[in-house]
Amino acid sequence: MILAQAPHGFLSPTGVEIAFLLVGLVTFGAALVSVTTKQLVHAALWLVVTLGGLAVEYLLLTAEFIAWVQVLIYVGSVVVLLLFGLMLTRAPIGRSPDADSANRWAALTVAVAAATALVWVVVDAFRATWIDLDGPAAGSTEATGASLFQNWVLPFEALSVLLLAALVGAIVLSRKAKAERSSPSLNSRDTDESSPSVPDARKNPAEQEGAR
Amino acid sequence: MHLAYPAVLSALLFCTGLYGVLARRNAILVLMSVELMLNAVNLNLVAFDVWLSRTAEETLHSGQALTLFTIAIAAAEIGIGLAIVLAVHRNRGTADIDKLRDTAEGHESAPSDEPAEDDGTAPAAEKAEATA
Amino acid sequence: MTTTTLAVLVPLLPFLGAVTGLLLGRTAPGFVRPLAVLPTLASLALAAIVAVRQGGDAAVDAATELTPTGSVPVELALHIDGFAALVALVVGLVATCVQIYSTGYLRDDPRYPSYAALVSLFTSAMFLVVYSGDLIVLLVGWEVMGICSYFLVGHYWETPEARAASIKAFLVTKLGDVPFLIGLFALATDAGSFRITKILGTVAHGGLDHPTLIALLLLAGVAGKSAQFPLHTWLPDAMAGPTPVSALIHAATMVAAGVYFVARLLPVFEASQAAMAVLAVMAAVTMAGSGLAALAQDDIKRVLAYSTIGQLGYMTGALAVGDRGAAVFHLVSHGAFKALLFLAAGVIIHAAGTNSLAAMSRMSGLRDRVPDAFWTMTVALLALAAIPPFSGFFSKESVLGAAEHVTTGHTEHAPAAAGWIVLVAGLLTAVLTAAYAARLWLLAFRGRGAEAPDHGRQPLTMTVVLWVLAVPSLALGGLAYRSLPDWFDGRDLAPTLTTSVLGTGLALVGGLVVHSAWRHTTAVAARVPIGAVAAHPEGDAAQVEAEAIATHAPAYGDVASAPDPADPGRLLLGPLHRHAATGFHLDAVYTTLFVRPVQAAASLVRFLDREVVDTYVRGAGTLPRWLGTAVRRAQTGNVQTYVSALLAGTVVLVVAVLLVATGA
Repeated sequence: MILAQAPHGFLSPTGVEIAFLLVGLVTFGAALVSVTTKQLVHAALWLVVTLGGLAVEYLLLTAEFIAWVQVLIYVGSVVVLLLFGLMLTRAPIGRSPDADSANRWAALTVAVAAATALVWVVVDAFRATWIDLDGPAAGSTEATGASLFQNWVLPFEALSVLLLAALVGAIVLSRKAKAERSSPSLNSRDTDESSPSVPDARKNPAEQEGAR
Repeated sequence: MHLAYPAVLSALLFCTGLYGVLARRNAILVLMSVELMLNAVNLNLVAFDVWLSRTAEETLHSGQALTLFTIAIAAAEIGIGLAIVLAVHRNRGTADIDKLRDTAEGHESAPSDEPAEDDGTAPAAEKAEATA
Repeated sequence: MTTTTLAVLVPLLPFLGAVTGLLLGRTAPGFVRPLAVLPTLASLALAAIVAVRQGGDAAVDAATELTPTGSVPVELALHIDGFAALVALVVGLVATCVQIYSTGYLRDDPRYPSYAALVSLFTSAMFLVVYSGDLIVLLVGWEVMGICSYFLVGHYWETPEARAASIKAFLVTKLGDVPFLIGLFALATDAGSFRITKILGTVAHGGLDHPTLIALLLLAGVAGKSAQFPLHTWLPDAMAGPTPVSALIHAATMVAAGVYFVARLLPVFEASQAAMAVLAVMAAVTMAGSGLAALAQDDIKRVLAYSTIGQLGYMTGALAVGDRGAAVFHLVSHGAFKALLFLAAGVIIHAAGTNSLAAMSRMSGLRDRVPDAFWTMTVALLALAAIPPFSGFFSKESVLGAAEHVTTGHTEHAPAAAGWIVLVAGLLTAVLTAAYAARLWLLAFRGRGAEAPDHGRQPLTMTVVLWVLAVPSLALGGLAYRSLPDWFDGRDLAPTLTTSVLGTGLALVGGLVVHSAWRHTTAVAARVPIGAVAAHPEGDAAQVEAEAIATHAPAYGDVASAPDPADPGRLLLGPLHRHAATGFHLDAVYTTLFVRPVQAAASLVRFLDREVVDTYVRGAGTLPRWLGTAVRRAQTGNVQTYVSALLAGTVVLVVAVLLVATGA
């Protein structure tokens, strides 16, 4: 550890730390707004802020390659995808009062409890741990590329297969749904099959109650 | 830089995502919250990787490699997840999670009508077909 | 072959015949009749050879122990003395006759294969009882006979009478068998062996610790099997079975097994004066009561059944006075003439189309329809009434002579009181026996009225055996009473003058009184028409009999009696007739004493089970059901709620683990 040579205190932050703290506050705030806002599209936009903030944090941690990947994939594609999703599900533009479910208080309790526990543990464990950010960047493209293609080639290839599968899967899901929709006979048959069984399922519990 | 900063930020972001997953009604917002959680994990991975690469003699940069993998998988996940949500929305006219209650005991509230019973399983079946 | 080998083959052959018959009954019906008759016939021949070789000399004993069975060894043992050899001969003879007779009697019966196999199995079991030298092996045969009797009584299971009778026969005999089994165990524990020879050796040295208890326990089983008072009630009802079965099982052999058992172990009973006194009283009550009851029965077979009970009473009476020679002598001659009586009754029922004596007394010419049955039945009835020189006379006089011998008090093994009881009851029964024999003969063969229906000739198989059995009924007693003591204990069996004159005189009196009463009532008979005839006279004898039994209760109001004012028995018995017809209300007494309490207890148990036990069960189910209802509430179907609960649990667990790990 570096503890012996340089006792770094929390009360005398370095410039990087101040920058990290500020960007972190913005990121966290954007994340909070993103999960609480009543306007669905705004939530996606606040998510962009959060993810961008995270990319800046990666940069501050000298992981530049990850930072650009973050910007490219998340901000560039994932959020666009989410916006398309919102659009296709005809999400209301403007405030929708029922954006949060009735479960929110339970969710809040669980989240706060989990946050307390995690922060407590993390702070307790890494209070004195110091990252030395000087010297060559730990996450430069060169370093990352070398490590990725020297040590992680096989998982990398496996991941490409996974991505392909996911791609095909997404296409099949949409295509099948479209085919189903275009042929009403399929749908009607489905309902025909299911409808007789459903009233039974509804009725049975009452009968069993009586029988017991 | 103190490792505690990124670690605490990651914990807070994770719990924010957690809250979103549990509290949001719209399935797409839930997916967004899942992305938030994944990103929190990524931040953690990157921070610890940077710290380890300074202290250890040899490093595989496993944290950064895993972060890249996570990002790739998250992209795949969002694709499939959106496809499922869209299928559900098409079949039921809603993407609200708390309306998909086919597993409820006794069905105290079932605004979605009879076909919903069967269609609830349809996306799952389609998913199974897609991943196969 | 040695005598032992032959003796082993005797029970084995009918057993194999029974098994093969049961297996082949469906697939090869052509083999059923030979398989029924031939093994039994071979057994008869072997039993005859065994008897000749044994010849009344020292008993043949052989034993082998298959495997150690605990403290008291159970051995496959033979003990063939003169009693065993002769009784086996009678069993073989009657069984063969019955099997031959059955081929005609159940000519068209669809269940004949199983019937014949069961009769063979029964014969095998009876041989086993007769030859066995080990009490447990004897018990096996004893119980197999019981179950065969159950099945055969219920042969006409379509009729409710047969079903009820078979269950009654089984339950009543089992009621006796439970104390019997305990008695056997007690006896074996005292004697240290189940072997009859060893037990008798122990008794001879006075080695029994509880002679009275053992004797009384064994007597219960004997009373059940041999239909002695108070366990005799099953035998009249057992007449709901086919006539050949009644002849074989319920007249000649199985009911004699109890008597035979006591005869084998007589020293055990003699060791207890109380047991002998009980035996004497039992015999006396049985004899007199059954004689009265027989006089009041309307069903010809029930008359014979009560007569069987009475004759078995003579045998137990002879045992009560300690003369087993006389008992077995009467057993042998009774086996012959009672089997003949039943088989002839079967022919008569077939010819007349009814089993009711009241209906037969309004038919004329029945004896011309069945001359074989008429003549042989006359012989058998004379033997039953103990008229000289028929065989029943000699055997019965030997019983009465033995009783008279005891009354003088010269014997140490039996109390004089027992002698008096048996003698008086025996003489009284002699009157009654002659009376009901005469009544039976007069009503059946001297009826007046419409001509008896003509159903053609009876099958040859049924008539020939009647003559075969008529020979011993006629001549056995007179020919054998001098040589038989060599086979038995050596005590003289010749009739004494006093008892002969008394007995024969009383029998004649009984017969004459009935005759005069009958002459008095025949005028009435013509005025009161009564009678029901089987609906299918062209069917085989078994079908006619089954229908006759089934229609007796609807036609006459009761299975036992008929409201016939022309019955000489009714005239003679007077007010007693009503009670005698129902067997002195013993069944009603049993119903009050046992059946009703058991039913009440059963309903009490049912009530307790339904209302008390089930309440607890239901109560135990209520709490889980409430819990289930509560838990079901949590199943909202909302995935977010589930995940919230899951994560909350995770957080709690993690915090707990951390606290434990940090030692806080």
